[in-house]
Amino acid sequence: MEISFPVFIETSINIILFAMLVATAFAITRIDRLFAVVMLSGVFSMLSALLFVTLDAVDVAITEAAVGAGVSTVLMLSTIALTERSEQKSHRPELIPLLVCFVTGAALIYGTLDFPNFGDPSAPAHAHVGGDYLVRSIKEIDVPNVVTSILASYRGFDTLGEVAVVFTAGIGVLMLISGLGRRRSDEDAALVEETIENQGIEEDA
Amino acid sequence: MHYHHLILRVITKLLVGTIMLFAFYVQFHGDFSPGGGFQAGVIMAAAFILYGIVFGLYAVQVVFPPWLVHKVMALGVLIYAGVGVYSMMLGYAFLDYNAFDPGHPSHGQHNGILVIEFGVGVTVTGVMIAIYYAFAGRFPQISDEDW
Amino acid sequence: MLDFIAGHANYWLFIVLMMTGLYIVVAKGNLVKKIVGLNIFQTAVFMLYISSAKVAGGTAPIFPTDSKGYIKTDGIDQIIYSNPLPHVLILTAIVVGVATTALGLALTVRIREEFGTIEEENLVEIEQSLTRADNKAHGEAMGGMA
Repeated sequence: MEISFPVFIETSINIILFAMLVATAFAITRIDRLFAVVMLSGVFSMLSALLFVTLDAVDVAITEAAVGAGVSTVLMLSTIALTERSEQKSHRPELIPLLVCFVTGAALIYGTLDFPNFGDPSAPAHAHVGGDYLVRSIKEIDVPNVVTSILASYRGFDTLGEVAVVFTAGIGVLMLISGLGRRRSDEDAALVEETIENQGIEEDA
Repeated sequence: MHYHHLILRVITKLLVGTIMLFAFYVQFHGDFSPGGGFQAGVIMAAAFILYGIVFGLYAVQVVFPPWLVHKVMALGVLIYAGVGVYSMMLGYAFLDYNAFDPGHPSHGQHNGILVIEFGVGVTVTGVMIAIYYAFAGRFPQISDEDW
Repeated sequence: MLDFIAGHANYWLFIVLMMTGLYIVVAKGNLVKKIVGLNIFQTAVFMLYISSAKVAGGTAPIFPTDSKGYIKTDGIDQIIYSNPLPHVLILTAIVVGVATTALGLALTVRIREEFGTIEEENLVEIEQSLTRADNKAHGEAMGGMA
Protein backbone atom coordinates (compact mmCIF):
# COMPACT_ATOMS: atom_id res chain seq x y z
CA MET A 1 0.00 0.00 0.00
CA GLU A 2 1.42 3.36 -1.08
CA ILE A 3 0.77 6.51 0.96
CA SER A 4 2.10 9.71 -0.58
CA PHE A 5 4.10 12.12 1.56
CA PRO A 6 1.59 15.06 1.67
CA VAL A 7 -1.25 12.73 2.59
CA PHE A 8 0.89 11.20 5.33
CA ILE A 9 1.71 14.66 6.75
CA GLU A 10 -1.91 15.74 6.57
CA THR A 11 -3.15 12.62 8.30
CA SER A 12 -0.57 12.86 11.06
CA ILE A 13 -1.41 16.55 11.70
CA ASN A 14 -5.07 15.58 11.89
CA ILE A 15 -4.43 12.82 14.36
CA ILE A 16 -2.08 14.91 16.52
CA LEU A 17 -4.62 17.74 16.71
CA PHE A 18 -7.40 15.29 17.50
CA ALA A 19 -5.27 13.76 20.26
CA MET A 20 -4.65 17.22 21.74
CA LEU A 21 -8.39 17.90 21.64
CA VAL A 22 -9.11 14.66 23.45
CA ALA A 23 -6.45 15.51 26.07
CA THR A 24 -8.05 18.93 26.62
CA ALA A 25 -11.47 17.34 26.94
CA PHE A 26 -10.17 14.86 29.55
CA ALA A 27 -8.57 17.72 31.47
CA ILE A 28 -11.93 19.54 31.47
CA THR A 29 -13.50 16.41 32.94
CA ARG A 30 -11.00 16.20 35.78
CA ILE A 31 -10.62 19.85 36.86
CA ASP A 32 -12.88 21.29 39.57
CA ARG A 33 -12.02 24.98 39.26
CA LEU A 34 -14.51 26.50 36.85
CA PHE A 35 -12.13 29.27 35.77
CA ALA A 36 -9.68 26.65 34.50
CA VAL A 37 -12.52 24.73 32.88
CA VAL A 38 -13.66 27.82 30.96
CA MET A 39 -10.12 28.65 29.85
CA LEU A 40 -9.60 25.08 28.70
CA SER A 41 -12.82 25.24 26.73
CA GLY A 42 -11.35 28.30 24.97
CA VAL A 43 -8.24 26.25 24.21
CA PHE A 44 -10.50 23.47 22.96
CA SER A 45 -12.23 25.85 20.55
CA MET A 46 -8.92 27.19 19.27
CA LEU A 47 -7.61 23.67 18.64
CA SER A 48 -10.78 22.70 16.85
CA ALA A 49 -10.45 25.82 14.68
CA LEU A 50 -6.97 24.59 13.70
CA LEU A 51 -8.40 21.19 12.93
CA PHE A 52 -11.05 22.77 10.71
CA VAL A 53 -8.29 24.53 8.75
CA THR A 54 -6.53 21.23 8.08
CA LEU A 55 -9.87 19.76 7.02
CA ASP A 56 -10.21 22.55 4.38
CA ALA A 57 -13.12 24.23 6.16
CA VAL A 58 -11.63 27.71 6.41
CA ASP A 59 -14.97 29.47 6.79
CA VAL A 60 -15.90 27.20 9.66
CA ALA A 61 -12.49 27.73 11.24
CA ILE A 62 -12.79 31.51 11.29
CA THR A 63 -16.26 31.21 12.80
CA GLU A 64 -15.13 28.78 15.48
CA ALA A 65 -12.13 30.95 16.35
CA ALA A 66 -14.25 34.07 16.72
CA VAL A 67 -17.20 32.42 18.44
CA GLY A 68 -15.67 29.67 20.53
CA ALA A 69 -12.46 31.29 21.69
CA GLY A 70 -13.89 34.80 21.81
CA VAL A 71 -17.51 35.31 22.65
CA SER A 72 -18.44 32.08 24.38
CA THR A 73 -15.39 32.27 26.69
CA VAL A 74 -16.44 35.78 27.72
CA LEU A 75 -20.01 34.62 28.33
CA MET A 76 -18.90 31.67 30.45
CA LEU A 77 -16.55 33.88 32.45
CA SER A 78 -19.35 36.32 33.17
CA THR A 79 -21.54 33.40 34.17
CA ILE A 80 -19.07 32.08 36.72
CA ALA A 81 -18.61 35.63 37.99
CA LEU A 82 -22.36 35.61 38.60
CA THR A 83 -22.47 32.13 40.10
CA GLU A 84 -19.68 30.05 41.61
CA ARG A 85 -15.99 29.53 41.23
CA SER A 86 -15.62 25.83 41.70
CA GLU A 87 -17.51 22.66 41.36
CA GLN A 88 -18.65 20.67 44.41
CA LYS A 89 -17.49 17.12 44.76
CA SER A 90 -20.23 14.89 43.49
CA HIS A 91 -21.48 12.03 45.68
CA ARG A 92 -23.05 10.11 42.88
CA PRO A 93 -21.61 6.85 41.60
CA GLU A 94 -19.32 7.51 38.64
CA LEU A 95 -19.50 4.03 37.23
CA ILE A 96 -22.93 4.18 35.58
CA PRO A 97 -22.28 7.28 33.44
CA LEU A 98 -18.95 5.76 32.41
CA LEU A 99 -20.71 2.56 31.42
CA VAL A 100 -23.34 4.48 29.45
CA CYS A 101 -20.61 6.37 27.61
CA PHE A 102 -18.70 3.20 26.77
CA VAL A 103 -21.79 1.42 25.46
CA THR A 104 -22.88 4.42 23.39
CA GLY A 105 -19.36 4.88 22.09
CA ALA A 106 -19.08 1.23 21.12
CA ALA A 107 -22.38 1.42 19.27
CA LEU A 108 -21.25 4.55 17.41
CA ILE A 109 -17.91 2.95 16.51
CA TYR A 110 -19.77 -0.07 15.22
CA GLY A 111 -21.76 2.39 13.11
CA THR A 112 -18.63 3.91 11.59
CA LEU A 113 -17.43 0.55 10.26
CA ASP A 114 -19.64 1.06 7.20
CA PHE A 115 -18.31 4.56 6.60
CA PRO A 116 -16.24 5.28 3.52
CA ASN A 117 -12.58 5.99 4.24
CA PHE A 118 -11.71 9.49 5.39
CA GLY A 119 -11.14 11.66 2.32
CA ASP A 120 -12.56 9.12 -0.11
CA PRO A 121 -13.57 11.09 -3.25
CA SER A 122 -16.26 8.55 -4.15
CA ALA A 123 -18.04 8.83 -0.79
CA PRO A 124 -21.81 9.24 -1.02
CA ALA A 125 -21.54 12.67 0.59
CA HIS A 126 -19.83 14.01 -2.54
CA ALA A 127 -22.06 12.19 -5.02
CA HIS A 128 -25.07 14.46 -5.19
CA VAL A 129 -25.67 18.08 -4.49
CA GLY A 130 -22.24 19.09 -3.13
CA GLY A 131 -20.38 18.63 -6.40
CA ASP A 132 -23.30 20.11 -8.27
CA TYR A 133 -23.00 23.36 -6.31
CA LEU A 134 -19.29 23.55 -7.14
CA VAL A 135 -19.97 23.20 -10.86
CA ARG A 136 -23.01 25.45 -11.12
CA SER A 137 -21.84 28.18 -8.78
CA ILE A 138 -19.30 29.48 -11.33
CA LYS A 139 -21.97 30.19 -13.93
CA GLU A 140 -24.98 31.02 -11.79
CA ILE A 141 -23.60 32.97 -8.83
CA ASP A 142 -20.09 33.91 -9.99
CA VAL A 143 -18.78 34.29 -6.46
CA PRO A 144 -15.34 32.78 -5.79
CA ASN A 145 -16.18 31.55 -2.28
CA VAL A 146 -18.59 28.68 -2.86
CA VAL A 147 -19.46 28.50 0.84
CA THR A 148 -20.82 32.05 0.65
CA SER A 149 -22.75 31.35 -2.52
CA ILE A 150 -24.44 28.29 -0.99
CA LEU A 151 -25.03 29.99 2.36
CA ALA A 152 -26.53 33.15 0.95
CA SER A 153 -28.10 32.08 -2.31
CA TYR A 154 -28.77 28.38 -2.82
CA ARG A 155 -29.71 27.91 0.83
CA GLY A 156 -30.79 31.45 1.58
CA PHE A 157 -34.04 30.34 3.11
CA ASP A 158 -32.18 28.02 5.48
CA THR A 159 -29.90 30.86 6.53
CA LEU A 160 -32.89 33.13 7.14
CA GLY A 161 -34.13 30.49 9.55
CA GLU A 162 -30.75 30.36 11.30
CA VAL A 163 -30.70 34.13 11.69
CA ALA A 164 -34.19 33.95 13.16
CA VAL A 165 -32.96 31.31 15.62
CA VAL A 166 -30.05 33.52 16.70
CA PHE A 167 -32.45 36.43 17.10
CA THR A 168 -34.86 34.32 19.14
CA ALA A 169 -32.08 33.07 21.41
CA GLY A 170 -31.01 36.67 21.95
CA ILE A 171 -34.57 37.63 22.89
CA GLY A 172 -34.67 34.66 25.26
CA VAL A 173 -31.51 35.78 27.06
CA LEU A 174 -32.85 39.32 27.33
CA MET A 175 -36.10 38.02 28.79
CA LEU A 176 -34.27 35.86 31.31
CA ILE A 177 -31.58 38.10 32.70
CA SER A 178 -31.51 41.62 31.31
CA GLY A 179 -34.16 42.96 33.68
CA LEU A 180 -36.56 43.75 30.83
CA GLY A 181 -38.83 40.98 32.05
CA ARG A 182 -38.48 41.98 35.69
CA ARG A 183 -39.93 45.45 35.15
CA ARG A 184 -42.98 43.86 33.64
CA SER A 185 -43.41 41.43 36.54
CA ASP A 186 -43.05 44.28 39.04
CA GLU A 187 -45.87 46.06 37.27
CA ASP A 188 -47.84 42.82 37.34
CA ALA A 189 -47.22 42.46 41.06
CA ALA A 190 -48.39 46.02 41.62
CA LEU A 191 -51.48 45.27 39.56
CA VAL A 192 -52.19 42.13 41.59
CA GLU A 193 -51.84 44.03 44.88
CA GLU A 194 -54.11 46.74 43.56
CA THR A 195 -56.72 44.18 42.55
CA ILE A 196 -56.57 42.53 45.95
CA GLU A 197 -56.99 45.89 47.66
CA ASN A 198 -59.95 46.76 45.44
CA GLN A 199 -61.57 43.43 46.14
CA GLY A 200 -61.06 43.98 49.83
CA ILE A 201 -62.84 47.32 49.55
CA GLU A 202 -65.71 45.72 47.65
CA GLU A 203 -66.04 42.98 50.25
CA ASP A 204 -66.08 45.58 53.01
CA ALA A 205 -68.76 47.51 51.19
CA MET B 1 -10.23 51.25 38.18
CA HIS B 2 -9.07 54.12 36.00
CA TYR B 3 -5.59 54.24 37.45
CA HIS B 4 -4.96 50.55 36.87
CA HIS B 5 -4.12 48.54 33.78
CA LEU B 6 -2.53 51.37 31.80
CA ILE B 7 -1.07 49.03 29.17
CA LEU B 8 -4.36 47.19 28.76
CA ARG B 9 -6.24 50.43 28.24
CA VAL B 10 -3.79 51.83 25.68
CA ILE B 11 -3.61 48.57 23.73
CA THR B 12 -7.41 48.26 23.81
CA LYS B 13 -7.80 51.73 22.35
CA LEU B 14 -5.45 50.74 19.55
CA LEU B 15 -7.08 47.37 18.97
CA VAL B 16 -10.78 48.24 19.00
CA GLY B 17 -10.60 50.20 15.75
CA THR B 18 -8.48 47.53 14.09
CA ILE B 19 -10.87 44.78 15.12
CA MET B 20 -13.81 46.75 13.69
CA LEU B 21 -11.93 47.32 10.45
CA PHE B 22 -11.21 43.60 10.27
CA ALA B 23 -14.88 42.89 10.89
CA PHE B 24 -15.83 45.09 7.93
CA TYR B 25 -13.21 43.34 5.81
CA VAL B 26 -14.57 39.91 6.75
CA GLN B 27 -18.10 41.17 6.11
CA PHE B 28 -17.65 42.68 2.66
CA HIS B 29 -14.81 40.50 1.39
CA GLY B 30 -16.73 37.35 2.30
CA ASP B 31 -17.50 36.66 -1.36
CA PHE B 32 -13.83 36.30 -2.18
CA SER B 33 -12.22 34.91 0.97
CA PRO B 34 -13.33 33.06 4.08
CA GLY B 35 -15.86 35.15 5.93
CA GLY B 36 -19.35 36.52 5.79
CA GLY B 37 -22.04 37.94 7.96
CA PHE B 38 -21.89 35.42 10.81
CA GLN B 39 -18.15 35.77 11.36
CA ALA B 40 -18.11 39.52 10.85
CA GLY B 41 -20.97 39.98 13.30
CA VAL B 42 -19.16 38.06 15.99
CA ILE B 43 -15.90 39.93 15.38
CA MET B 44 -17.67 43.29 15.48
CA ALA B 45 -19.35 42.32 18.73
CA ALA B 46 -15.96 41.22 20.08
CA ALA B 47 -14.65 44.76 19.55
CA PHE B 48 -17.46 46.21 21.69
CA ILE B 49 -17.11 43.46 24.28
CA LEU B 50 -13.36 44.13 24.58
CA TYR B 51 -14.08 47.82 25.10
CA GLY B 52 -16.69 46.95 27.69
CA ILE B 53 -14.40 44.58 29.57
CA VAL B 54 -11.56 47.06 29.85
CA PHE B 55 -13.41 50.38 30.29
CA GLY B 56 -16.51 49.14 32.05
CA LEU B 57 -20.07 48.54 30.98
CA TYR B 58 -21.10 52.17 31.37
CA ALA B 59 -18.48 53.41 28.88
CA VAL B 60 -19.53 50.99 26.16
CA GLN B 61 -23.23 51.63 26.75
CA VAL B 62 -22.63 55.32 26.11
CA VAL B 63 -21.24 54.41 22.68
CA PHE B 64 -23.85 51.77 21.86
CA PRO B 65 -26.87 52.17 24.15
CA PRO B 66 -28.98 49.07 24.96
CA TRP B 67 -32.16 50.38 23.34
CA LEU B 68 -30.25 50.78 20.06
CA VAL B 69 -28.82 47.25 20.38
CA HIS B 70 -32.33 45.86 20.74
CA LYS B 71 -33.48 47.70 17.61
CA VAL B 72 -30.38 46.55 15.69
CA MET B 73 -31.08 42.89 16.57
CA ALA B 74 -34.43 43.03 14.85
CA LEU B 75 -33.22 45.26 12.02
CA GLY B 76 -30.91 42.57 10.61
CA VAL B 77 -33.66 39.97 10.34
CA LEU B 78 -35.89 42.60 8.74
CA ILE B 79 -33.20 43.45 6.15
CA TYR B 80 -32.81 39.77 5.31
CA ALA B 81 -36.52 39.04 5.06
CA GLY B 82 -37.05 42.38 3.31
CA VAL B 83 -34.77 41.29 0.47
CA GLY B 84 -36.94 38.20 0.08
CA VAL B 85 -40.15 40.21 0.07
CA TYR B 86 -38.67 42.71 -2.40
CA SER B 87 -37.77 39.92 -4.83
CA MET B 88 -41.33 38.62 -4.48
CA MET B 89 -42.67 42.09 -5.28
CA LEU B 90 -40.59 42.05 -8.47
CA GLY B 91 -42.42 38.89 -9.49
CA TYR B 92 -39.73 36.34 -8.64
CA ALA B 93 -39.55 33.68 -5.93
CA PHE B 94 -38.76 34.55 -2.29
CA LEU B 95 -35.03 35.34 -1.99
CA ASP B 96 -34.42 34.85 -5.72
CA TYR B 97 -31.69 37.43 -6.29
CA ASN B 98 -31.90 37.11 -10.08
CA ALA B 99 -34.77 39.58 -9.71
CA PHE B 100 -32.44 42.48 -9.02
CA ASP B 101 -30.75 42.38 -12.42
CA PRO B 102 -32.71 40.14 -14.81
CA GLY B 103 -30.46 40.96 -17.75
CA HIS B 104 -27.37 39.89 -15.87
CA PRO B 105 -28.40 37.36 -13.19
CA SER B 106 -24.97 36.99 -11.58
CA HIS B 107 -24.88 40.74 -10.84
CA GLY B 108 -28.24 40.40 -9.17
CA GLN B 109 -26.84 37.50 -7.17
CA HIS B 110 -23.85 39.60 -6.08
CA ASN B 111 -26.07 42.43 -4.86
CA GLY B 112 -28.49 40.11 -3.12
CA ILE B 113 -25.71 38.22 -1.33
CA LEU B 114 -24.08 41.47 -0.21
CA VAL B 115 -27.31 42.82 1.28
CA ILE B 116 -28.42 39.66 3.06
CA GLU B 117 -24.92 39.06 4.46
CA PHE B 118 -25.12 42.60 5.83
CA GLY B 119 -28.43 41.72 7.45
CA VAL B 120 -26.91 38.59 9.00
CA GLY B 121 -23.97 40.61 10.30
CA VAL B 122 -26.22 43.26 11.84
CA THR B 123 -28.37 40.70 13.66
CA VAL B 124 -25.42 38.67 14.94
CA THR B 125 -23.64 41.82 16.16
CA GLY B 126 -26.77 42.98 17.94
CA VAL B 127 -27.51 39.63 19.55
CA MET B 128 -23.95 39.07 20.79
CA ILE B 129 -23.70 42.57 22.25
CA ALA B 130 -27.15 42.30 23.81
CA ILE B 131 -26.21 38.99 25.44
CA TYR B 132 -22.99 40.52 26.76
CA TYR B 133 -24.88 43.51 28.18
CA ALA B 134 -27.37 41.18 29.82
CA PHE B 135 -24.64 39.16 31.54
CA ALA B 136 -22.41 42.10 32.43
CA GLY B 137 -25.30 44.15 33.79
CA ARG B 138 -25.91 41.70 36.63
CA PHE B 139 -24.46 42.17 40.06
CA PRO B 140 -21.51 39.76 40.40
CA GLN B 141 -21.51 37.25 43.26
CA ILE B 142 -17.72 36.97 43.26
CA SER B 143 -15.68 40.05 44.10
CA ASP B 144 -12.66 41.04 42.00
CA GLU B 145 -10.21 40.00 44.70
CA ASP B 146 -11.49 36.44 44.78
CA TRP B 147 -10.31 35.55 41.31
CA MET C 1 -6.40 -3.38 7.16
CA LEU C 2 -3.94 -0.53 7.81
CA ASP C 3 -5.77 1.45 5.16
CA PHE C 4 -9.04 0.84 6.97
CA ILE C 5 -7.64 1.94 10.33
CA ALA C 6 -5.98 5.06 8.90
CA GLY C 7 -9.22 5.88 7.11
CA HIS C 8 -11.38 5.50 10.20
CA ALA C 9 -9.12 6.70 13.04
CA ASN C 10 -10.53 10.20 12.65
CA TYR C 11 -14.07 8.98 13.22
CA TRP C 12 -13.06 6.98 16.28
CA LEU C 13 -11.25 9.91 17.83
CA PHE C 14 -14.26 12.11 17.30
CA ILE C 15 -16.41 9.48 19.01
CA VAL C 16 -14.03 9.48 21.98
CA LEU C 17 -14.43 13.27 22.08
CA MET C 18 -18.19 13.01 21.87
CA MET C 19 -18.34 10.48 24.69
CA THR C 20 -16.15 12.73 26.85
CA GLY C 21 -18.71 15.46 26.34
CA LEU C 22 -21.55 13.07 27.12
CA TYR C 23 -19.76 11.90 30.27
CA ILE C 24 -19.40 15.48 31.50
CA VAL C 25 -23.07 16.17 30.84
CA VAL C 26 -24.25 13.00 32.59
CA ALA C 27 -21.80 12.61 35.47
CA LYS C 28 -20.97 16.16 36.55
CA GLY C 29 -23.45 18.06 38.69
CA ASN C 30 -22.29 21.61 38.06
CA LEU C 31 -24.50 23.35 35.52
CA VAL C 32 -21.71 25.47 33.97
CA LYS C 33 -19.62 22.35 33.52
CA LYS C 34 -22.57 20.58 31.95
CA ILE C 35 -22.79 23.37 29.38
CA VAL C 36 -19.07 23.07 28.65
CA GLY C 37 -19.66 19.35 28.15
CA LEU C 38 -22.50 20.07 25.76
CA ASN C 39 -20.16 22.35 23.80
CA ILE C 40 -17.61 19.55 23.52
CA PHE C 41 -20.28 17.14 22.33
CA GLN C 42 -21.46 19.69 19.80
CA THR C 43 -17.95 20.35 18.49
CA ALA C 44 -17.46 16.60 18.02
CA VAL C 45 -20.59 16.48 15.86
CA PHE C 46 -19.29 19.43 13.83
CA MET C 47 -16.07 17.52 13.27
CA LEU C 48 -17.91 14.49 11.97
CA TYR C 49 -19.66 16.65 9.41
CA ILE C 50 -16.50 18.46 8.35
CA SER C 51 -14.60 15.16 8.15
CA SER C 52 -17.20 13.82 5.75
CA ALA C 53 -16.66 16.91 3.56
CA LYS C 54 -12.95 16.30 3.13
CA VAL C 55 -11.66 14.98 -0.18
CA ALA C 56 -8.12 13.60 -0.20
CA GLY C 57 -5.71 16.00 -1.88
CA GLY C 58 -8.44 18.63 -2.03
CA THR C 59 -8.37 22.26 -1.05
CA ALA C 60 -10.76 24.80 0.45
CA PRO C 61 -13.76 25.47 -1.84
CA ILE C 62 -12.72 28.96 -2.92
CA PHE C 63 -12.05 29.48 -6.63
CA PRO C 64 -8.85 31.21 -7.73
CA THR C 65 -9.38 34.77 -8.95
CA ASP C 66 -7.44 37.13 -11.17
CA SER C 67 -6.31 40.56 -10.03
CA LYS C 68 -9.75 42.08 -10.73
CA GLY C 69 -11.59 39.52 -8.62
CA TYR C 70 -13.07 37.50 -11.49
CA ILE C 71 -12.94 33.72 -11.28
CA LYS C 72 -10.16 32.21 -13.36
CA THR C 73 -11.99 29.48 -15.26
CA ASP C 74 -9.05 28.01 -17.19
CA GLY C 75 -7.53 25.02 -15.48
CA ILE C 76 -10.23 24.98 -12.81
CA ASP C 77 -11.13 21.39 -13.67
CA GLN C 78 -7.73 20.18 -12.48
CA ILE C 79 -8.21 21.43 -8.91
CA ILE C 80 -9.89 19.15 -6.39
CA TYR C 81 -12.20 20.92 -3.95
CA SER C 82 -13.64 19.66 -0.70
CA ASN C 83 -17.41 19.47 -0.45
CA PRO C 84 -18.69 22.93 0.55
CA LEU C 85 -22.16 21.85 1.69
CA PRO C 86 -21.24 20.49 5.17
CA HIS C 87 -19.19 23.65 5.74
CA VAL C 88 -22.28 25.78 5.22
CA LEU C 89 -24.40 23.65 7.55
CA ILE C 90 -21.80 23.74 10.33
CA LEU C 91 -20.95 27.42 9.95
CA THR C 92 -24.48 28.44 10.80
CA ALA C 93 -24.70 25.72 13.45
CA ILE C 94 -21.71 27.19 15.32
CA VAL C 95 -23.32 30.62 15.60
CA VAL C 96 -26.66 29.14 16.59
CA GLY C 97 -24.70 27.00 19.07
CA VAL C 98 -23.23 30.01 20.85
CA ALA C 99 -26.64 31.68 20.98
CA THR C 100 -28.16 28.61 22.61
CA THR C 101 -25.16 28.30 24.94
CA ALA C 102 -25.84 31.87 26.04
CA LEU C 103 -29.46 30.93 26.69
CA GLY C 104 -28.32 27.99 28.83
CA LEU C 105 -25.91 30.18 30.76
CA ALA C 106 -28.65 32.75 31.32
CA LEU C 107 -30.85 30.00 32.76
CA THR C 108 -27.95 29.01 35.01
CA VAL C 109 -27.64 32.58 36.28
CA ARG C 110 -31.37 32.74 37.01
CA ILE C 111 -31.26 29.37 38.79
CA ARG C 112 -28.41 30.57 40.97
CA GLU C 113 -30.35 33.73 41.86
CA GLU C 114 -33.48 31.78 42.66
CA PHE C 115 -31.97 28.84 44.55
CA GLY C 116 -28.49 30.00 45.56
CA THR C 117 -26.77 27.01 44.00
CA ILE C 118 -25.90 25.59 40.59
CA GLU C 119 -25.16 22.04 41.75
CA GLU C 120 -27.66 19.52 40.49
CA GLU C 121 -27.77 17.52 43.76
CA ASN C 122 -28.65 20.56 45.87
CA LEU C 123 -31.20 21.68 43.30
CA VAL C 124 -32.94 18.31 43.39
CA GLU C 125 -33.06 18.45 47.20
CA ILE C 126 -34.53 21.95 47.17
CA GLU C 127 -37.07 20.96 44.55
CA GLN C 128 -38.12 17.94 46.59
CA SER C 129 -38.52 19.88 49.80
CA LEU C 130 -40.51 22.54 47.93
CA THR C 131 -42.77 19.88 46.51
CA ARG C 132 -43.26 18.34 49.95
CA ALA C 133 -44.15 21.74 51.40
CA ASP C 134 -46.53 22.34 48.52
CA ASN C 135 -48.14 18.97 49.09
CA LYS C 136 -48.62 19.73 52.76
CA ALA C 137 -50.19 23.09 52.02
CA HIS C 138 -52.36 22.31 49.02
CA GLY C 139 -52.25 18.54 48.62
CA GLU C 140 -55.67 17.87 50.04
CA ALA C 141 -57.35 20.48 47.88
CA MET C 142 -55.70 19.00 44.77
CA GLY C 143 -56.91 15.52 45.67
CA GLY C 144 -53.41 14.21 46.38
CA MET C 145 -51.79 13.27 49.65
CA ALA C 146 -51.86 15.79 52.43
